[in-house]
Amino acid sequence: MLLIACPYCGNRPETEFRCGGQAHIARPADPGALSDAQWAEYLFIRDNPRGIHAERWNHVHGCGRWFNARRDTVSDRFLATYKMGETPQSQESNSILSTSTQAEARA
Amino acid sequence: MLEALYRTARALPLGRAPASDPACSGVQITPAGAEARFALRIRDAGASAAGLPLDGPINSVRGDDRRWIARLGPDEWLIGSDEAEADQLPAAIAADLGERAHAIVDVSHRNVGIDVSGPLAAAVLNAGCPLDLGDAAFPAGSATRTLFGKAEIVLIRHDGATPRYRVECWRSFATYVHGLLAEASLGVGETARR
Ligand SMILES: [Zn+2]
Repeated sequence: MLLIACPYCGNRPETEFRCGGQAHIARPADPGALSDAQWAEYLFIRDNPRGIHAERWNHVHGCGRWFNARRDTVSDRFLATYKMGETPQSQESNSILSTSTQAEARA
Repeated sequence: MLEALYRTARALPLGRAPASDPACSGVQITPAGAEARFALRIRDAGASAAGLPLDGPINSVRGDDRRWIARLGPDEWLIGSDEAEADQLPAAIAADLGERAHAIVDVSHRNVGIDVSGPLAAAVLNAGCPLDLGDAAFPAGSATRTLFGKAEIVLIRHDGATPRYRVECWRSFATYVHGLLAEASLGVGETARR
């Protein structure tokens, strides 16, 4: 089973978690100034990269907290997990060969 | 008056079943009686409220079998106590927390407790729970929300020479959780006899 490192609880089984989609999407400061197309872009259009992806995750069957994670969509490896409002420690590690967290340990 | 209402309203979904060890594996599965429980939510909690410590680390439990407080998250606690205390406890906690914004909710009727104890208790729980329940990862004094099979539970490990766990699940999951525990202990019983 894949282990995910919750920033509050440490390594926990993946079945305790729920993915909340792409992270770091800023709400437009002045929605009224946006065109319909721009608003639709904000609401519905998401990245779908082959590689590193920043995602929101919820430790729903654990501490219940939301946090952010950087995950490689090819290898399913979690590169970093960090609390809401924090920035990832290894921003430059955009290579799949970068140092991985302990979250890749498998039980 | 209130206390009487409180007690007569309780119906335990597992009845008052005696302790059972269906597989003779040394693992006792015992549905708990009626107990009071409260969910407490507060940000920046102080050291304690109503004698219950709030400064323990996340995923730990303090207290004893009759009166315990488990920290389930940064701002969330589950409190268990005797029914006799149920009517005074929320007011006592609220008095100690004073003006600080908080929520304390009576979830006594939502939760059902099942005690699982014995040398192989962790093996029974691991039949449905993917957590590492070894002594290093989940020592006595640990408590966390997790999964058991398809049901969400709160798992508490009390102090004791032989492992003693409390499984707290929601009422409608109780028969499922109890049945799965009994089923799992059959498999563990096979191992124990070998
Ligand atoms: Zn967590």
